[in-house]
Amino acid sequence: MAESHKCQICGKPATVHLTQISGGKIHKFDLCDECAHAKGVTDPDGYSVSEANAGKPVAHKHPAGESIVCGVCGITAKDFKKMGHFGCPSCYEYFGPIITPMLEGMHRDIEHRGRQPARSLARLALRKKITLLESVLSDAVAEERFEEAARLRDELGALKDQLQDQIS
Amino acid sequence: MLCGEAEACPVVITTRIRLARNLAGHPFPGWAKEAQRRTVLDLCLGALGGVPQLRGAVTLAMDTLSQTEKLILAESHLISRELMESRPFAGIVTRPEAGCSIMVNEEDHLRIQLMQGGLALEELWERASELDQSMEGRLDYAFSPRLGYLTSCPTNLGTGIRASAMMHLPGLVMKNHIDQLVRMVSQLGIAVRGHLGEGSAAKGSIFQISNQQTLGEDEESIIRRLHNVIDAITEQELNARQCLLEENEPQLMDKIGRARGVLQNGHLLSSDEAMDILSLIRLAADLGLVPSQWRGRADRLMIEAQPGHMQHRVAAELGATRRDVLRAVQMREEFAQLPALTEVTGVANL
Ligand SMILES: [Zn+2]
Ligand SMILES: [Zn+2]
Repeated sequence: MAESHKCQICGKPATVHLTQISGGKIHKFDLCDECAHAKGVTDPDGYSVSEANAGKPVAHKHPAGESIVCGVCGITAKDFKKMGHFGCPSCYEYFGPIITPMLEGMHRDIEHRGRQPARSLARLALRKKITLLESVLSDAVAEERFEEAARLRDELGALKDQLQDQIS
Repeated sequence: MLCGEAEACPVVITTRIRLARNLAGHPFPGWAKEAQRRTVLDLCLGALGGVPQLRGAVTLAMDTLSQTEKLILAESHLISRELMESRPFAGIVTRPEAGCSIMVNEEDHLRIQLMQGGLALEELWERASELDQSMEGRLDYAFSPRLGYLTSCPTNLGTGIRASAMMHLPGLVMKNHIDQLVRMVSQLGIAVRGHLGEGSAAKGSIFQISNQQTLGEDEESIIRRLHNVIDAITEQELNARQCLLEENEPQLMDKIGRARGVLQNGHLLSSDEAMDILSLIRLAADLGLVPSQWRGRADRLMIEAQPGHMQHRVAAELGATRRDVLRAVQMREEFAQLPALTEVTGVANL
């Protein structure tokens, strides 16, 4: 059944099915409404499209991206295609090569121009700094550099206070 | 003109703004294991407890709600249909009187949603943005300077904003102009969806108009573009109504008159039919064919006539026929005093 097809771009159930002939080959595309609109596949009757944009590829597969796995959550490119959703925020770093062409067809531009969560970003930077200092501190302790360790401890304490202030 | 002022003919029934947000360092709800979903729920509920805009809010764990209760929340637009079916450890924090609800562990960790009657995009954005800032003070959002707010689905990436208006477009439906409208606005990155019932089979001539794109533009520009499109659609709808009155007045009057007949005399009324009929009463109020206070009643009943609300009212799970009987009874009571239609001036000129 046609209904069982997934959108080739985002993996959601496909509602627009089109066939095109180019270079003597027949290509079939299954797209969801959103991706079809984003790709400019407009539809003459408002319901479904059977043929459109002859010769102009509407969607392309990314065989190169097939083997990518997110190093944080373990989701694979195949999982993503199936579900249409990523597994975790870090997926956006790991799946870079797949994401950029996908976003180009989906959005107005591929760069964020909206607001920024300034406090979240400040806290995250602070947490990173704390983690780093903690490892430096444990090295210093292990190597019996006590004077340095004491200084690091003070510094860490100040950073943790700063973080606490930023949470409330 | 019978229906000149937009305020006098509220084509926009409600406006909504939704922001998708996620926590840094946690898997998205759809991929998370149960324990991870629980951690996120606890973190979010803990942080939301201290947010000033949510003072007095009700917190509900989805796992503790009955199917009817979930249905009522969904019919009232406080939760999505997806959250109804969600895996364990989903929740909602809501102030229904303020049209405010925050879903936890739906498709994203957090879905902030604000809703208001009439067209109020800018006010809602201001409120949503203040609430978001309070939440951001307590929760570490997943954010990339280049890609913006990171979301489970790439279609929401960037601003994570979905602004929408529920519009009542009976004129464009009767004139068969909806497909044309869908084509026109989709080129502007705006989507038109039938409310209740996907696609073009829109119940009650109610459509949801929303932005499709979330990345590459700031929130204000997205809202401004949507606002312009809504204004254009409103104008087209009012023109279509005017045109119907001038060219098809007897047909229009007959349609509305029959709707009144069914409300006052029907004994079986499905929720689909009820939507279509209430939609005509709303139109009649807009056109001055019945006093304008009937519009508010029609709007309220469009929500109350849905299955979950019906079930709740009689405190029982109902079969479809029983529901249709009770719905007809409710309509007969609510509309017993609905007066006969005022004749429109056009008739004299025929
Ligand atoms: Zn898609
Ligand atoms: Zn991941």
